[in-house]
Amino acid sequence: MGRARYAQVAILVGVAVALQLLAQAGGKGFYLTQLTMTAYYTAAALGLCLFMGYAGQISLGQAGFFAVGGYTSAYLTTLDLTARRGEALVGLLARAQVLVARPDPYGGEALSVHPWAAFACAVALTLALAYAVGVPVLRLKGHYLAMATLGVGTIVYSVVLGTQRFGAADGLSGVPPFRLLPGVTVGGSAALRVQNYYVAWGLVAVSMLLFLNLVHSRVGRALRAIHGAEDAASAMGVHTARVKLHAFALSATMAAVAGVLLTHFNGGIGPSESSIMKSVRYVAIVAVGGMGSLWGTLAASAVLNFLSLRGTFGTLDDAVFAAVLILVMLFAPDGILAVDVRSALQALSRRARPSKGEV
Amino acid sequence: MLVELFFQYLVAGLTYGTIYAVVGIGFNIIYNTTGIINFAQGEFVMLGGMTAVTLSRFLPLPAAIGGAVLAAMAAGALIEVTFIRWLSRPSVLRMIIITIGISILVREGALLAWGEGVRSLPYFTGDEMTSLSVRGVHVSPQVLWALATCLAVVLVLGAFFRFTLLGREMRACASNRVAASLCGIPTRNMVTLSFVLSAGIGALAGCVVSPITYTQYGMGAGLAIKGFTVAILGGLGNSPGAVAGGFILGVLESFSIWVMPTAYKDAISISLLLAILFLRPSGLFGDREAARLKEH
Repeated sequence: MGRARYAQVAILVGVAVALQLLAQAGGKGFYLTQLTMTAYYTAAALGLCLFMGYAGQISLGQAGFFAVGGYTSAYLTTLDLTARRGEALVGLLARAQVLVARPDPYGGEALSVHPWAAFACAVALTLALAYAVGVPVLRLKGHYLAMATLGVGTIVYSVVLGTQRFGAADGLSGVPPFRLLPGVTVGGSAALRVQNYYVAWGLVAVSMLLFLNLVHSRVGRALRAIHGAEDAASAMGVHTARVKLHAFALSATMAAVAGVLLTHFNGGIGPSESSIMKSVRYVAIVAVGGMGSLWGTLAASAVLNFLSLRGTFGTLDDAVFAAVLILVMLFAPDGILAVDVRSALQALSRRARPSKGEV
Repeated sequence: MLVELFFQYLVAGLTYGTIYAVVGIGFNIIYNTTGIINFAQGEFVMLGGMTAVTLSRFLPLPAAIGGAVLAAMAAGALIEVTFIRWLSRPSVLRMIIITIGISILVREGALLAWGEGVRSLPYFTGDEMTSLSVRGVHVSPQVLWALATCLAVVLVLGAFFRFTLLGREMRACASNRVAASLCGIPTRNMVTLSFVLSAGIGALAGCVVSPITYTQYGMGAGLAIKGFTVAILGGLGNSPGAVAGGFILGVLESFSIWVMPTAYKDAISISLLLAILFLRPSGLFGDREAARLKEH
């Protein structure tokens, strides 16, 4: 069983490589940019799939965590502390290489936080927020949980939109490239396009492997038990509150990591990343994928996000996501891959001629 | 001077409070008959305001408002019949997602139909300069219209649920759907009716406050969160409680401008929502024991 999972992920990597070669050979290298962004949104969606699909909870705040990651990194790496170099703490951090000099847009030099340090801060902040919010929020169920997570997402949105330091409606731009390893840099320049594509899909492959192993482990069985019947799971000795909380935190962290990397790739981030509509999109993707199918989520995210980023839906972008969401929930609540066409048609014809006994 | 300013903020808070209260009541009506929280509740307010603005170009104001309320009721019925009526025992998660999808579709439809512009109805009496002065506190007549409408909605709904056969049937459906259907009450029609009613009062509220707060295609989402806050504050299903909750939230928001930037105004209501969900999910006036037995 374990080997099958590695084989599946290997196929995913193979498909990613094939797509890259096809795009390059067909002269459509620019597709790789949208595919890279698609990969980051996919990583965030996979995190939500774990929390929604497997644990059976709902979160309308996934975009909020994505933005917390992205904004933390963007803010710290575009900060200019040159003027405060004389201060003891700033000097100490500069000597520890946490603060590094980088060229600023005006030809001078700015002293900003190193991208890796900013990354660590972003993850730490997201984890802190997820646990702080999760402890009270996850005690709620159904409508209350939905509204509470929606509320948390809305707070993140209104804070980034209303704060001058975060660029208000314009967002933050001029975020420097992120040198992950020598020779591997996340950034927007065309020369880095291919390696960025592989970094992004590498993240998807790694998280896929991580999540696949997780859902087939003791923790994964606990999550599914909570989905099935929370009280029963609790009676069987599953520490339901703790398992849900960790799943929530992991899901949030996944979104934040994707947010950090996408921000460095795009060179900036705007408040729309944290909007409720973005959170609803993640939910739509998980729903289309079949609520509790990591591969389904991956496929749905790849198709929908890529088409959306290519501008296929034009101004109807949000409406398309909403329509897809409704159609899937009405006709295929277990995802479009689970639809049994013949029985669905039979059900429809029965509905057209309601039987007498129906209340 | 400070006292007058205080009352000025109080009046502003009460005005916003009325609309939150009416949205909260809309949540309650649907929740009571179906156990569903309709996330598209705020869109009814937007639809009402927008339709009335459009109709007011051809019709006198009262007719435009009447037309808008009827149009919203028809939209409510259409939504229920198309998306909800034929689902058998949908899960809560499914209903949340479906109503969220509906709210986005309605919003995007409104964006296509009316554009991004901010619109408003004319003041019912006088114009934006008219005000009644009571000891230095200026009150727009429109505020009185809003308060009176809210009061009328609560009284008429109360009478409807208490004294009419239809209202009683809806209450029966709320307290036990299976038993109600065994008594020959067409429960599915009651659900449709609850959508019609809540769309109608939402649209009415949208018309009454349109001169003061303006109407825009995207206003529904914020109103839905606030209306839900108010409904929870008053105890889900308890309409007089929602009115009290509406005034509390409206006044709190209004005074928050004194101490915080306006940009964070929405954060106040959401923090209040989170606090009430964590500390007392049965609401200020709700029965804790009863709330525990309900399925959320």
